[in-house]
Amino acid sequence: MTARPTIERIDAYPTRTIGGFSVRAGRPLPFGATPVPGGVNFSVYSNNATAMTLVLYRAGESEPMAELPFPDSYVIGGVYSMTVFDLDVEDIEYGYRAYGPFDPERGHRFDPSVVLADPYARLMSDASTGPRRSRVALDDFDWEDDRPLRLPHEDLVIYELHARGFTKDPSSGVSAPGTYAGLIEKIPYLRELGVNCVELLPIFEFDENDNPRSHPVTGEPLSNYWGYNTVAYFAPKASYASTGRYGMQADEFKNLVKHLHKAGIEVILDVVFNHTAEGNEHGPTISFKGLDNATYYMLTPDGHYYNFSGTGNTLNCNNPVVRGFVLDCLRYWASEYHIDGFRFDLAAILGRGPDGSLLWNPPLLESLAYDPVLRDCKLIAEAWDAAGLYQVGSFPNYCRWSEWNGRYRDTVRRFVKGDTGVAGDLATRMVGSPDLYAQRGTSATINFVLCHDGFTLNDLVSYNEKHNYANGEDNRDGDNNNQSWNCGHEGPTDDPEVLALRGRQMRNVLMILLASQGVPMILAGDEVGRTQQGNNNAYCHDGPMTWFDWDLVGRNADLLRFVRKAIRFRQAHPVLRRGPASAVSWHGVRPWTADWSEGCRVLAGMFDAGADDCVYVAANSHWEGHSLELPAPPAGTVWHVFADTAAPTPLDAHEPGAEPPLQDQSRVDVGPRSVVVLVAHGAAGAGGQAEQRDNGKEE
Amino acid sequence: MAFKAKMRIEGSTATVRLEGELDGRSAPELNELVVRAADQRVERLVLLLEDLSYMSSAGIRSLVFAHQKMPEETEILLVGTRPDVAETIRLTGFDRSIVMRETLEA
Repeated sequence: MTARPTIERIDAYPTRTIGGFSVRAGRPLPFGATPVPGGVNFSVYSNNATAMTLVLYRAGESEPMAELPFPDSYVIGGVYSMTVFDLDVEDIEYGYRAYGPFDPERGHRFDPSVVLADPYARLMSDASTGPRRSRVALDDFDWEDDRPLRLPHEDLVIYELHARGFTKDPSSGVSAPGTYAGLIEKIPYLRELGVNCVELLPIFEFDENDNPRSHPVTGEPLSNYWGYNTVAYFAPKASYASTGRYGMQADEFKNLVKHLHKAGIEVILDVVFNHTAEGNEHGPTISFKGLDNATYYMLTPDGHYYNFSGTGNTLNCNNPVVRGFVLDCLRYWASEYHIDGFRFDLAAILGRGPDGSLLWNPPLLESLAYDPVLRDCKLIAEAWDAAGLYQVGSFPNYCRWSEWNGRYRDTVRRFVKGDTGVAGDLATRMVGSPDLYAQRGTSATINFVLCHDGFTLNDLVSYNEKHNYANGEDNRDGDNNNQSWNCGHEGPTDDPEVLALRGRQMRNVLMILLASQGVPMILAGDEVGRTQQGNNNAYCHDGPMTWFDWDLVGRNADLLRFVRKAIRFRQAHPVLRRGPASAVSWHGVRPWTADWSEGCRVLAGMFDAGADDCVYVAANSHWEGHSLELPAPPAGTVWHVFADTAAPTPLDAHEPGAEPPLQDQSRVDVGPRSVVVLVAHGAAGAGGQAEQRDNGKEE
Repeated sequence: MAFKAKMRIEGSTATVRLEGELDGRSAPELNELVVRAADQRVERLVLLLEDLSYMSSAGIRSLVFAHQKMPEETEILLVGTRPDVAETIRLTGFDRSIVMRETLEA
């Protein structure tokens, strides 16, 4: 059979001229600016606009080069679409003027004097080099055979990091600090650490200058470093790309994802669909507000903005149009960028209806749970909002959504600092919080003790109070309830006893986290004791306070070594990841007799899935040591010592699989404020030839 | 400066000398030459870039296009890539199977 010559498509020809450009009626779908044969198809919708104009700029220029009103015949329903021919896509930026009523009481805020960003813009120009405008993206990246990794959710060890802050400090030594490309150079570090998933703080285009405050001492303007104020949901942040000046941020970010996948590391994005960068009626008009305010935002009956997010506005996520927008966006990131999952900021808002009321079956959450494109994506909810709705354990999950487990964080913090009355709750938290997630398996809970929002681990054990004066709000911002303890001195000290205790407390937190059923999340830098000098709300500091200081990798090598081993130990023991909770028995000073009384500070759990996979974890938050009688290990095995946070390094953690046997098999000493982890191996098991040590301590 | 591209095929090597600005408007011309070279089943594609005054991201994309048009084992050699362009190629990962050299002889 011979190949037939292909005929050029009819829709590749212009039919008329508008604003000096050859055009024809466009295709309504897909929305956004899409390269087509001979030109670019522009499509934008608004249910309340009366007219629309496409505004074209030469890249970087302040005045438009052309304005192209959409003729009536180019409008279908509320969708305006036009194909414009002979555009050099690399050299143009675009936006829209939307015409319609300015009638805030009815929710309308049309303002044709503003050129609006395209909500579907797949590329935005870098605001540090010119106006921040929508651009046309080319999607010709060479993915080779890459695809999302689909690691079992319960096997993840998540590492929460800031794509810029991770390498921006000069100590990172990378060739392009603070960029996606710079992060690629640190993949060997992540591999050695052992994490298999990175969760990136927002990388959708946002306004880093959106902060009216300045530093109270230096007077320098503060920034919006974290990026929870999205400007363009389809566009990777341009200033995080070393190649942003070439408009190649999409390629650079895809290259990062590809390299992470090659290293066996999944990529989860922190996404912010609860609000936008447009604020309330005093905020700027950037995109949604001018395109269709009444559709995109939750409004009071008299047209004011509901503020469930604490930032001025609330995206109207369960409006069918907005729901479609969110779905389009996530499908795009999953398919075009091979993203493995999403963490939803203030996700409780996504379960609210247009009037803010709580929905029993929120259409958006259901759509995301059952979407075929997103089927293998991890969906993680921050299950609360800024208006007091707290849904940890009750978030509409469709057996699909996981949650940031805030109760896990609070309980571990309280136990480790020595509070009484929490041993029982700690036991529940360590087996996947079945009180909250019964019958859903261990992947339902994302266990964390620290995250970007709050103290770092080092600061959790170094400060009783937050120290947020540098944020320009007289220390009023940030959480007051930190459940932290400074170990006897507020802030930096040379006191060796205080420092030793802090080192132990950090290991206690990390060991409990990595020996709990459920998915652990580690805040980047905690493995090397990163500090923010007691600032627990550092959203506004783009500098040494928030950047990863790579000198710590050498200075705190002992802590890093401990964490690496603890992660490897977790990966070697399925019972710590998958459960079931019923495989865990509880013990105390006497085996099979846990002490659940109010004053108890000692808890021991045996995670027993049989001879090859049995782990005993003893946690003591008392300031005195205790000797615990041990339950018998599975037949044919003896107890070996994996970790003892009271032991001097390097005896605080041993090589998984080569742990030394415990000399006295009947009992184990757990030092003051410390955690001991034992593992069962055959009598002549992996560690059989290792030096005999009593409880891992030096003889 | 106007864009010019001349291709010479000798044995199993196609050599393309580029002049002027390689951008979104001129890239299709290079792409056509790449298609012709691929039809000739060359084993090596050499792009001489010393006389190129500018290369935009569309130019860099032409290199991806070349890589995808040619059989996997084809060697693609860039000669005289300007440092900023070479850096961009590297940072966006397009250097995976492209070799960059200062001179043809090096």
